[in-house]
Amino acid sequence: MSTVLPSSPPSLTSPHSLGPPLWLLFELTYKCPLQCVFCYNPVDFARHSQELPTAQWLRVLREARELGSVQLGLSGGEPLLRDDLEEITAEAHRLGFYTNLITSGVGLTESRLRALQAAGLDHIQISFQDSTREMNDFLSHTRTFELKQRVAGWIKALGYPMVLNCVVHRLNIDHLDSIIDMAVRMGADYLEIANAQYYSWAHVNRDQLLPSRAQLEAAERTMNEWRARLGKRMRILFVVPDYYEERPKRCMNGWGSTFMTVTPDGTALPCHTARMLPGLSFPNVTHNSMREIWFDSEGFNRFRGTGWMKEPCASCEERERDLGGCRCQAYLLAQDPAAADPVCAKSPQHHVVTDAVANAQRPVVSEKPLIFRRREESLALSDEVIR
Amino acid sequence: MSSLNLSDNTRPSIGRGFRLQWEPAQNAHVLLYPEGMVKLNMAAGEILKRCTGELTLGEIVIDLERAFARTGLQDDVTGFLGIAHEKGWVDWEEGDGGDVSDGRWES
Repeated sequence: MSTVLPSSPPSLTSPHSLGPPLWLLFELTYKCPLQCVFCYNPVDFARHSQELPTAQWLRVLREARELGSVQLGLSGGEPLLRDDLEEITAEAHRLGFYTNLITSGVGLTESRLRALQAAGLDHIQISFQDSTREMNDFLSHTRTFELKQRVAGWIKALGYPMVLNCVVHRLNIDHLDSIIDMAVRMGADYLEIANAQYYSWAHVNRDQLLPSRAQLEAAERTMNEWRARLGKRMRILFVVPDYYEERPKRCMNGWGSTFMTVTPDGTALPCHTARMLPGLSFPNVTHNSMREIWFDSEGFNRFRGTGWMKEPCASCEERERDLGGCRCQAYLLAQDPAAADPVCAKSPQHHVVTDAVANAQRPVVSEKPLIFRRREESLALSDEVIR
Repeated sequence: MSSLNLSDNTRPSIGRGFRLQWEPAQNAHVLLYPEGMVKLNMAAGEILKRCTGELTLGEIVIDLERAFARTGLQDDVTGFLGIAHEKGWVDWEEGDGGDVSDGRWES
């Protein structure tokens, strides 16, 4: 029988020799009706307001498919704000991509959803984005719950599974029981409870958002009780914040191994947030072919494999497993993109993580106001960076 | 949800939310599902590409035995389809159906 079983585990893995960018994410626009305090779009998004025209997105799809890309994520910002979403979806489907729409559902109508299905859309994930207002609405049965429930009804009527993603953090994680209860009543098939990860806007707001260990443990208990009760009726996935992990995680399954993001202005990145890394230039799809970008560009080659590593990574026995962890986290926390990810206990800057975690155990961690992902805030924050 | 419901007359099809296709870049059949992919070996690909909802299990076995000039593949095919059904890769009428996409969050 073993000859019949699949030869690799059911995940996007790639061997040592460089395979294709199996996973392609299009961030079609940075425009968004929401203002999430944990958004992973760049803090300076307001300074990158250009968007590729339709024809360029379509060309990138064709070139990526020739390289062997199979999964396409359509995201943003809010991808529904692009009126060529159907056209891009249709071309992706025609080329053989598995198409995933990642949306807040805000602005979605039944007729648009039908048009997307007719274009060949394979999968939809609805996410909760706004951390406070939307969640409060949701928990108190007002507009957001009704919107999401209506969208859920259309999604299920068209035969898609209902997949709900909810970002949790210090300010809402204590409501997990109600969140799961709502998701069940909405008829969700999958619920992804993703703790905020501390990049971009979530990093700006980290002190206010990082949950305490007690909060996390309570959340895991709540989730396990629900899992036992629900069985297969609704699956729940729980993503722990990196800061509470024991060991660093690979960046996107390995830098430049599997994943490529194309940002609204056509910049190609090995992960959603790599644009922040200093001293590294990333190619743009308007100037380079996907083949040149993936195989030959400095931006994609810099942190591939293990050759770039410094100590303690270079001689670490786990270097092939975690590949030094996340480059953006290394830059954000150790000010060096080639340093060990400070989540790792062997990192000389590990104390930055343990200090943040220790701080999060205090009953009141910060009097600072939350900074919302708004254009004005983006301009102000990136102005500080430029200075 | 049991694969015991699999008989010679069952007509397996690819599960909801999954898509089977040949990938030249990987020289393999793959099963795509939300945000994931399973790369199939030759035998798994040959079985699954016959799971169109039109052929019965019996016909699939006969077709495979003819294509590969082999006999006695029934048990292998049945065994594989049982596993594939548990993972949601294939579905068929007699089962309670409906519950697919098992693979989405496997890692």
